[in-house]
Amino acid sequence: MATTLSRPEPGDRTRSPGLRAALPLAAAFAAVLALSVLSLFVGASDISVQRLLEDPEAREIFLLSRVPRTLALVLAGAAMSVAGLIMQMLTQNRFVEPSTAGTAESAALGILLVTLFFPGAPLTVKITAACVAALLGTGLFLGILQRIALKSSLIVPLVGIMLGAVIGAVTTFIALRFDLLQSLGVWQSGDFSGIMRGRYEQLWLVGLLAVTAYLIADRLTVAGLGRDIAVNVGLDHRTVMAVGVGIVAVISGVTVVVVGMLPFLGLVVPNLVSMTVGDHVRRGVPWVCLLGSGVLVLCDIVSRVIRMPFEIPVGSVLGVVGAAVFLYMLLRRNAHGAR
Amino acid sequence: MIELTDLRKVYGDDTVLRDVSLRIERGGVTSIIGPNGAGKSTMLTIIGRLLKADGGRVTVDDLDTERTPGREMAKRLSILRQENRFTTRLTVRDLVRFGRYPHSQGRLTAEDHRHVEAALGFLDLEPLADRFLDELSGGQRQRAYVAMVLCQDTDYVLLDEPLNNLDMKHAVAMMRQIRSAADTLGKSVVIVIHDINFASAYSDRIVAMRDGRVVHTGTPEEIMTPEVLKEVFDLDVRIEEVGGTRVGVYYR
Amino acid sequence: MALDERSTGPVEASADPAARPEGTPVPARRGPRSLPPWARITLLAVLAAGFAAAYLTYDVTGNVAYVIERRSTVVLTMVVVAFAGAVSTVLFHTVTDNRILTPSIMGMEALFTLVQTSLVFVFGIAGLNMFPPAVEFLAQTALMLLFAVLLFQRLFTGGIGSLHLTLLVGIVFGVLFGSLSQLMRRLLTPDEFTALQSRLFARLTRADPELLPWVAAAVVLVAVYVWRMHRVMDVVALGRESAVNLGVDHRRVALQTLMIVALLTAASTALVGPMTFFGFMAATLAYQLAGSHEHRHVMPVAFLIGMCALVGGQFFLEHLLGHAGTLSVVIEFTGGALFLYFLLRKAAR
Repeated sequence: MATTLSRPEPGDRTRSPGLRAALPLAAAFAAVLALSVLSLFVGASDISVQRLLEDPEAREIFLLSRVPRTLALVLAGAAMSVAGLIMQMLTQNRFVEPSTAGTAESAALGILLVTLFFPGAPLTVKITAACVAALLGTGLFLGILQRIALKSSLIVPLVGIMLGAVIGAVTTFIALRFDLLQSLGVWQSGDFSGIMRGRYEQLWLVGLLAVTAYLIADRLTVAGLGRDIAVNVGLDHRTVMAVGVGIVAVISGVTVVVVGMLPFLGLVVPNLVSMTVGDHVRRGVPWVCLLGSGVLVLCDIVSRVIRMPFEIPVGSVLGVVGAAVFLYMLLRRNAHGAR
Repeated sequence: MIELTDLRKVYGDDTVLRDVSLRIERGGVTSIIGPNGAGKSTMLTIIGRLLKADGGRVTVDDLDTERTPGREMAKRLSILRQENRFTTRLTVRDLVRFGRYPHSQGRLTAEDHRHVEAALGFLDLEPLADRFLDELSGGQRQRAYVAMVLCQDTDYVLLDEPLNNLDMKHAVAMMRQIRSAADTLGKSVVIVIHDINFASAYSDRIVAMRDGRVVHTGTPEEIMTPEVLKEVFDLDVRIEEVGGTRVGVYYR
Repeated sequence: MALDERSTGPVEASADPAARPEGTPVPARRGPRSLPPWARITLLAVLAAGFAAAYLTYDVTGNVAYVIERRSTVVLTMVVVAFAGAVSTVLFHTVTDNRILTPSIMGMEALFTLVQTSLVFVFGIAGLNMFPPAVEFLAQTALMLLFAVLLFQRLFTGGIGSLHLTLLVGIVFGVLFGSLSQLMRRLLTPDEFTALQSRLFARLTRADPELLPWVAAAVVLVAVYVWRMHRVMDVVALGRESAVNLGVDHRRVALQTLMIVALLTAASTALVGPMTFFGFMAATLAYQLAGSHEHRHVMPVAFLIGMCALVGGQFFLEHLLGHAGTLSVVIEFTGGALFLYFLLRKAAR
């Protein structure tokens, strides 16, 4: 039976449920918008609306660094969260995301190798290398998963984290050997303080890919039910896997090059959405995007405010916040008996 | 005698065992039957102290399974779950030797070795004794694990779905060996089993469960009636008598 | 989805590639069993001793007593590190019923990093040498043990499912510690950063001579204890259910073992810094080379393989290639590569 695929959305039959679903979404959108506006006016140099109107120099700074920074945050937040969602669907595991599957670490290794062999390579080359490396790393992870006999829901992220640790160790030692440790630190820790016009535009591509996820949402949902069911309802499982992994690799690669690793975003956000909205990808993607953007913008505001006038990399803030939420998720799961 | 008093097990909001009280007499083969989710395996696993109950208690020959030291219990009662995974590459004989661990803590005496060889012989495992477990078929491996449990030489042996993954021929062989363990070795064997006709043909007593409760206990003659089976499985079963054994026909 | 998996429910019968229908011819037993395990242990012991002798005596010039003393310290350090890394990993593998995880990813090394970073963050470079080494070592080990106790005590309440949860929680704590360290490191001066960096990379040849006797004594005590439990570990290796059936108090033994693992990891990390994949390498090779599944064979073999790798590697790198400080790099790289190879080649069971 192909009911999963061909049945129309409940909202199609009558207009009002769809509208009712749209209302909270609109509210969430407004909240993210408000956060973004707040993000525009937080920072080392004091910029107010009034100054913007009067002072052309302030306007220039505003358009050169503040606006790009907030846009970058919104785009990267949404994209990394979607990447996590896609990986969780493809591996049928709640605890997988680019930083628990070796993807992000592979991307960093890719950039390091390019920097090592072609120090003057343009950004496009670095991004390509990061994406290719992320693709290889994720493929390796999926290959390993296929060979693992017992896929307990916890062993999968354990393997992924181990894989990431291996790749990370290799990367660190290469960097140490060739004195690139400081540069490595930049890629390993997400940071938006260097974002300005001309240095973030690649993230639009990433945002576009997040939208693509919405277009193939139904296929991802079915893939999330497992290979057997997917093949059974006539889905080309291999192709969906390949496309999904490709999207994840490009999102991770570009993000690591432009802003650095954003750990746990792809883990925490889709899980929070899944708890309330469920696992239907089409219904989930808009929420994942909004929540991802919101969380990242908020963390960035925190990282700018917490030790004024110094800035702390948002990746570190995310690491602390994300790890805490992840722990909460794990322990809450434990409190519900042996689930 | 195994005695359960008000045994309860809860998973989250699911109550899997609802205050089960039951006596399983010494000797012979006792089969536990019932539909999926009735709590059969959970109950067996708790008796075998692999799982903790949320309420109530289990005694084996008047020893409380939770309070008695594990080593003492392991000399009286052994349990085998459906599928056993292992990471070490062991030979069949190595595995069976571990059955003597409760008795000798790893330092095998001559008597222990006699038990090992006897258990291997009982299950016709001599030709396979030096093969590695991961080189065996599922049925052979199942037999190796049963040999380990028998080698433990306990009065009570609990087997959770021992016919799982066995074809007809090997299923019959396994049931015969279980029967003869009860008859010639004097063990009390308790099994969880899905096939009511195997239960009917080989057991002395049948315990029927449904929805976390024991709904009937009795001899195969008492349990294998259309009325009882309808109540347990919610299915119309025709009972025929074939060669002195009651057989349920429920396929169509 | 996978979340709803109930750890106590019936285990799905995994498709085992090794299972074959009855009657199919089975290849003859693999692996050369010709050499008994004790012979292998002796052979490895001789090899390790040979490397040690070669390292100690090669090309001794100048102040002979000083050179020998310095090199003896290095060899003794390596004995301690090899024992701690190899044996703790074997024990960890057995208790967790898994051969791909290593104890070092469980947050303990990250905790070490966090403590060191905090010291520099709060007190500056002086923070690194503020306390006498023995005091710092004891405090550091106590802290790591405390972490392990809290982690295991609170979570380790049941079957293998909750064990996996414990591991994952440990790792995430590790990430949390790591992020905190990273946060602080961003706020250090370059000098402080460099000083801290040198403390955080494994420094096999520069272990503190004052610290060494303490750690060595602790490790010897642990070794005696571990040796006494090797038979129990053989039973634990059968898996939790079989072990409980055979009368082992699995929860107690597992807790005890994990405490020992924590102690050994803490000792090794405090002595020479983090070495993530060394233990994995020694243990994995030991499973292949010991010719036996029994812990009384596997543990000594793992230890001796570790010794050979450390001392032999140091001999080649320092004396023949002239790179004294890069052994930990090479070992970690090799261990990591082996890990990947092993994961890809063999099912991670």
